[in-house]
Amino acid sequence: MSSNTSLAKTSGPSGSGPERAGQFSLDVDERTIPGAFSGWLGRLRTGEPGALPSVLGLIVLVVIFSQVSHQFLSKFNIGNIPTQGAYIAVIALGIVFVLLLGEIDLSAGTAGGVCAGIAAVAVSKGSLHDGLPGTMYWSLLIGQVLAVALAVWLKNYVAAVVVALGFVLVVTNLTQHLVIALVAAICIGTAIGVFTGWLVAKVGIPSFVVTLALFLAWQGVLQFALSGQPINTTNYDLWHNLTYGNLSPVASWIFIIVVVGLYLGYTLLTSLRAKRAGLAHDAVELVLLRGGVIAAVGVVVTILANTNRNTNPYRIIEGIPVPAAIAIVLMVLATIALTKTTWGRHLYAVGGNAEAARRAGIDVVRIKVSAFALCSSFGAFGGILLASSQSSASLDLGSSNVLLFSVAAAVIGGTSLFGGRGKPRDAVIGAIVITVIPNGLLLKPSLGPQWQQVITGAVLLIAAGVDAISRRRAARS
Amino acid sequence: MSEPILEVRQLNKSFGPVHVLHDVDFNVYPGEVTALVGDNGAGKSTLVKCIAGIHGIDSGEIRFEGKPVTMSDPRVPTGLGIEFVYQDLALADNLDITQNMFLGRELTSGGIFLSDGQMEKQARSALESLSVRTVSSVRQQVASLSGGQRQTVAIAKAVLWNSKVVFLDEPTAALGVAQTKQVLDLVRRLADQGRGVVLISHNMNDVMAVADRVAALFLGRVAAEVKTSETTTSQIVELITSGRSDGLGLSSAAVNETI
Repeated sequence: MSSNTSLAKTSGPSGSGPERAGQFSLDVDERTIPGAFSGWLGRLRTGEPGALPSVLGLIVLVVIFSQVSHQFLSKFNIGNIPTQGAYIAVIALGIVFVLLLGEIDLSAGTAGGVCAGIAAVAVSKGSLHDGLPGTMYWSLLIGQVLAVALAVWLKNYVAAVVVALGFVLVVTNLTQHLVIALVAAICIGTAIGVFTGWLVAKVGIPSFVVTLALFLAWQGVLQFALSGQPINTTNYDLWHNLTYGNLSPVASWIFIIVVVGLYLGYTLLTSLRAKRAGLAHDAVELVLLRGGVIAAVGVVVTILANTNRNTNPYRIIEGIPVPAAIAIVLMVLATIALTKTTWGRHLYAVGGNAEAARRAGIDVVRIKVSAFALCSSFGAFGGILLASSQSSASLDLGSSNVLLFSVAAAVIGGTSLFGGRGKPRDAVIGAIVITVIPNGLLLKPSLGPQWQQVITGAVLLIAAGVDAISRRRAARS
Repeated sequence: MSEPILEVRQLNKSFGPVHVLHDVDFNVYPGEVTALVGDNGAGKSTLVKCIAGIHGIDSGEIRFEGKPVTMSDPRVPTGLGIEFVYQDLALADNLDITQNMFLGRELTSGGIFLSDGQMEKQARSALESLSVRTVSSVRQQVASLSGGQRQTVAIAKAVLWNSKVVFLDEPTAALGVAQTKQVLDLVRRLADQGRGVVLISHNMNDVMAVADRVAALFLGRVAAEVKTSETTTSQIVELITSGRSDGLGLSSAAVNETI
């Protein structure tokens, strides 16, 4: 389509109608490097800051803490951050699904604690039937069957299969094997999420109340499950290594090459395909520039990670931390599910305008239940990681600040509490911010732990303020 | 004159003791804009909801392309090719134009993954077919659109699905002068492409500007169904307010009975 300015004059005084209206000129353009940059500046001005505020905040925190303690930027300390924060990232990833709907799940942390606690009982006692108090074992089985029925009724067939799998694993006592116990824990998380989603979406209780009630209840259930005895997780190598392990240097290289390669290949393919189809697309140079930057960062990080970072000369610590790899993989999967699938599109639509979604023929209840089911499943995985990083399935696993930190991580990253806006990436960036604060403060013992909460609160407040201001600007423009 | 594409015959609807629609006859012709006018409470919305399958009907018949149909469910009229553009537009602000136009009916490859490029092209050609000149990109977020642009998108969404009949509920209610003109032009083009268009409106200027025919409802009865070329604004206003005008409209007996 050639650029013809005479047509543009017919576009009328419709206010925001851009100058080349009517020819969809913006839809066939090639986005070049300067174009991408000015487009990004434009989005900043109109109130879509994306990840910028959280990244800037992270940089400010890093600069401050590097002044506070010279150890902060040491490789050893940075290598610890994924261990300390992976559970926040994973729970926050789950919470993003629910926040996108404009709902909230306060119970994801304690629900995750229950799931991880059950897994710990299963492997330490050798059998859930003997390990759990009798009533609780039977309640678990009945609950799983009910959750399968609920999931089928609410047309969440994938969730139904997952919950049924959990039921089979528990009944057959395959859960005495660690890996299967962890899988079963996640399946139990799905069952919990189906139940929560049913209460919110079908019964119609506000999600804040439902999940507040469950937040309290699951804490007690965890104590029943553990029979008042915390269970040590360091004896289980695999469980311990979920947060303390590192990929071997070779595996680190393979991991980073696969991740960067898939990203580069995918973006390049999309760009070329869109160009052939005559759609708007990023110029190849832009794709290569972006991919190149990511590849360079990946290579530098891998080189640094693959050198020994232990200050103690007797033991070598090298390779990309396993928890970092877990968070990255889950983030990529969540991003694909949200942006490339019909389900993700419908989730955003329900969060943006539930009535519009309903009229478009979307089963709003089904979408809501699926989001809660995913949130609790991620919560269960988060609980497993938390038990690993604190070396114990403790009696208060997943309670206290765990959930609030995870919600804060999602919000600091830029996910809106009003639904419809946010990305999995936000959760991970926010989780890094939340983790860096206590990490940096601990290096300076003269600053007591009380500072941690004050600073975390201040950061959250600033993030929410940035969100509010940018929404106002977006509404004005 | 062609056969009506959508016919409503002797339709009655009551909500409990309240008889809302009384032996209503209503026809929509392909290639024509039929205006459905009436005062608040005359039964316009109820009639539309009966056709949309939101309300069941007590008696009477709805015929589409000559065949009787039962609108038992909102999906029935949609399946037949009848689209409804409601006043509150039903667009999701956080999605872009293409995503909104395909909402609930996304094109996929392999049943799971979205074919965004494919949808973008079709959205563009739907807007092009309506000679829409007010949007520059189908990848714009709906939140950034003006009222007229939103209305355009909502209408284009109906067009995308090769609809045969389009109901528009007060499409110009919240718009400025220039935007109203754009939307009315669009309404006219919809009909010129062979669709049956129903325009529900309070604005007599709009009705006289684009409608070929006017059906006036008065307290649940059709006062008259007339061609706009054979009537005047003041006649229509009289039909709306008192149910009759000169030789047109309900008999005085019917009017008295209804009141």
